[in-house]
Amino acid sequence: MDTTAPRPRKRLAIFRTADPVLTPLIKACGYSAILFVIMIFVFLWSEGFAALGEVSLKNLFSARWYPIEEYFGLLPLIGGSLLVTLGAALFAVPIGVLTAVYISEVAPRWMREVLKPVIEILGGLPSVVLGFLGILVLAPFLRKLLDLPTGLTALAGSILLGAISIPTIVSIAEDALDAVPRSYRDASLAIGATRWQTIWRVTLPAARSGVFTAIMLGIGRAIGETMTVMMVSGNAAVLPSGLRALFEPVRTMTATIAAEMGEVATGSVHYHVLFLIGIILFLISLVVNVSASLLIQRKQKRSERVLS
Amino acid sequence: MVTLMDKIVIKDLYLQYSDQTESLRGINLTIPANQISVLFGPAGGGKSTLLRVLNRLNDLTDVRAQSGEVLFDGLNILEKSVDVINLRRKVGMVFATPVALPFSIRRNVLYGLELAGEHRPRVLSEALERSLTQAALWDEVKDRLDDPAVALSGGQQQRLCLARSLAQQPEVILLDEPTSGLDPISTSKVEASLQELKQEYTIVLVPHSVQQAARVADMAAFFLQGELVEFSPGKRLFTNPRDKRTQDYVEGRFG
Amino acid sequence: MTSSTAKRQRQQAAGFTLLTVIAALTIFVIVAILAYILIRGVGAVSPGFLFTPPSNGMKAGGIWPAIVGTFYLTLGTALFAVPLGIGAAIYLAEYARESTLTRVIRIAITNLAGIPSVVYGLFGLGLFVLFLKFGTSILAGSMTLAIMTLPVIISTTEEALRSVPQSFRVVSVSLGGTRWQTVRKVVLPEALPGILTGVILGLERAAGETAPIMFTAAAFFLPRMPSSPLDPTMALPYHLFVISTQVPGMPVQIQFGTALVLLVFVVGMNLVATLIRSRARARRQW
Ligand SMILES: Nc1ncnc2c1ncn2[C@@H]1O[C@H](COP(=O)(O)OP(=O)(O)OP(=O)(O)O)[C@@H](O)[C@H]1O
Ligand SMILES: [Mg+2]
Repeated sequence: MDTTAPRPRKRLAIFRTADPVLTPLIKACGYSAILFVIMIFVFLWSEGFAALGEVSLKNLFSARWYPIEEYFGLLPLIGGSLLVTLGAALFAVPIGVLTAVYISEVAPRWMREVLKPVIEILGGLPSVVLGFLGILVLAPFLRKLLDLPTGLTALAGSILLGAISIPTIVSIAEDALDAVPRSYRDASLAIGATRWQTIWRVTLPAARSGVFTAIMLGIGRAIGETMTVMMVSGNAAVLPSGLRALFEPVRTMTATIAAEMGEVATGSVHYHVLFLIGIILFLISLVVNVSASLLIQRKQKRSERVLS
Repeated sequence: MVTLMDKIVIKDLYLQYSDQTESLRGINLTIPANQISVLFGPAGGGKSTLLRVLNRLNDLTDVRAQSGEVLFDGLNILEKSVDVINLRRKVGMVFATPVALPFSIRRNVLYGLELAGEHRPRVLSEALERSLTQAALWDEVKDRLDDPAVALSGGQQQRLCLARSLAQQPEVILLDEPTSGLDPISTSKVEASLQELKQEYTIVLVPHSVQQAARVADMAAFFLQGELVEFSPGKRLFTNPRDKRTQDYVEGRFG
Repeated sequence: MTSSTAKRQRQQAAGFTLLTVIAALTIFVIVAILAYILIRGVGAVSPGFLFTPPSNGMKAGGIWPAIVGTFYLTLGTALFAVPLGIGAAIYLAEYARESTLTRVIRIAITNLAGIPSVVYGLFGLGLFVLFLKFGTSILAGSMTLAIMTLPVIISTTEEALRSVPQSFRVVSVSLGGTRWQTVRKVVLPEALPGILTGVILGLERAAGETAPIMFTAAAFFLPRMPSSPLDPTMALPYHLFVISTQVPGMPVQIQFGTALVLLVFVVGMNLVATLIRSRARARRQW
């Protein structure tokens, strides 16, 4: 006789699909990111593509942006964006990377605990607040210091954009440095290198692809920044003529859209050209971010194991 | 008298992980009901893999290829149409490292019933006391059932995990080195309760040593690199093994 | 040999000092910015400033409609972005196996994170304002901001979910839990502080943005409060932009007061997020 109490014996039934409503819903959320990117591109394209038919290429590639008279030369705007971004990179890259090195390799623990949230706050400052301070404080200061006719110049834009991209650079570069295995450093220290030498000869080179990604994303952030540059860089759509133009007013692609979109008639040529500029910005960010994420993804290979 | 019946019948089971490891190579094994069947052998032999097949936990891993049959009360549980949720309720599992969920002791023990939608207070409190008692833990925790489970010692957590899988009265319990982190006293407590439990449950155990295998096995299976070398009643296997490799291992000559 | 060691030690000391100085300067500049706005703005902030609408061509009065507008926009953003973002993160962390599809999703997310905010403005104008005919409205602005905020919420939530030990999931599943039960009962509660942090950081960004709402939601000046999601609204960042560039002869004090209120909004959210994160870290038992 069976000594165990008889248990109701259910037949093993057909597999219930876990959640007939939730699972598709969650999947849909996952796919939505792809959908949004496509939608953004489609809408930019549908409004901006027309510009290519309405404005001659010669006009688009000219050095004159003066929409009221149908001059739609993009070169001053592209040049303005490049100049301001280059200026920003010039000091954001060294400061950002060195700060990341400091946080991950040198700083005492308490300093790290202070530095990280403070830099995060900088990253969260609304760009309009920085622009406001730029107008009120930075521009007058630059004007006096450099004896310029106006302080609202590419340089002012560069300085503030630099500040905006520093947090991005710091946090990604720091992650990359943290990911360098302890043993690399130990090996270097064991053969008598100082910590300083170890940083430059071992740790930074080992983290170079991550640091490079950080720089790229920081610069990407700077190119796309709108309000700050619009407010402080003077808004003159002239083709910059070399680095001297840093001390003159310029106008970036982003600022042009922000400044003029409010005033154009929907469906006009000018309207279409502004969307065309949007397409250019979209493509730039696509290239920067996709290559950065490919660089990062190659490094992460997860294999998860179940408990055993 | 206990009827000897075949609870699980494994036929030609073959399993390969996505990294090409052939972890099980044609296993044929019959696990009798209400007995302690012990799977033992050197590391990497496929014991844990086999346990995970028995409650389809391998669904969570990267299995590349799997073939053969595992008949549970005559029904092939490897088929896609099987209700795995129901299967896992009937086949409980205790892992080598005790994992206390981040809940109270009470909720940990009753978690399986919670998942099954059991709300009746009487059923829950009965299950709580019964399973903790069966796992030889009741006396130690009965006054602090609502404390966080992580506060328990390693040995207590291990028994908590046993209680947790007993709470929903499975038919089979799979134990993967359940005493590997325990001191000898806790170990003997667990082993003693296993002897009790087999009256009611079918037990498949991966022991953490040959000595433990010899102590508790009704039936013993020796695994070597994905193959089942020998499967016989414990008494015979540990005193008079048929296969030379089993003999060498049991006598401590390799592994 | 010893002399070269000494030289290298000096080099290291100099290098470390340089790094420390740079870091200290960075902190100093950030703190100075905050302090400067606080000092110059605190005088302007009074109940009258906070709770009355602007008057006299914005050169007098308060900023109440802008505060309310920013609150509505942030709330609207949360309404769309939080469920969608958390759902997407659950999909990536708990449901999907790594595949080409998930790789594409991840690339799409990074890409969303990198699109300039003014381009979101264009997109919102094209899709929500014009194509879907929401007009310049809180609804259009919130949805634009929500899509912009999504990547922050998704990636921080996914990280929070992944930091929950895999063993918890295995145990839950081995006891007969479905995937959703496991997520809801074990994973989500454990990941909650991390998720909250991410949500707040995302909303913080939305609250401070100007460019995406410029053509989708923001009004230069509105004497009355919005009464439906289809109304346009004033908003703090856009208001600050307007009064610091478009209104000649604007009293500086009102500008600083507005900047201060916006900062308190944003930095306050940031501090809350930091607090949640550090408290959860201290409490974590695994
Ligand atoms: N998730 C997995 N992915 C790939 N290979 C795995 C996985 N789990 C186990 N293996 C491999 O399968 C083989 C059998 O592993 P298994 O864990 O079943 O052995 P075991 O007999 O339990 O060993 P131990 O005594 O060490 O616990 C090993 O070679 C192992 O490396
Ligand atoms: Mg094992």
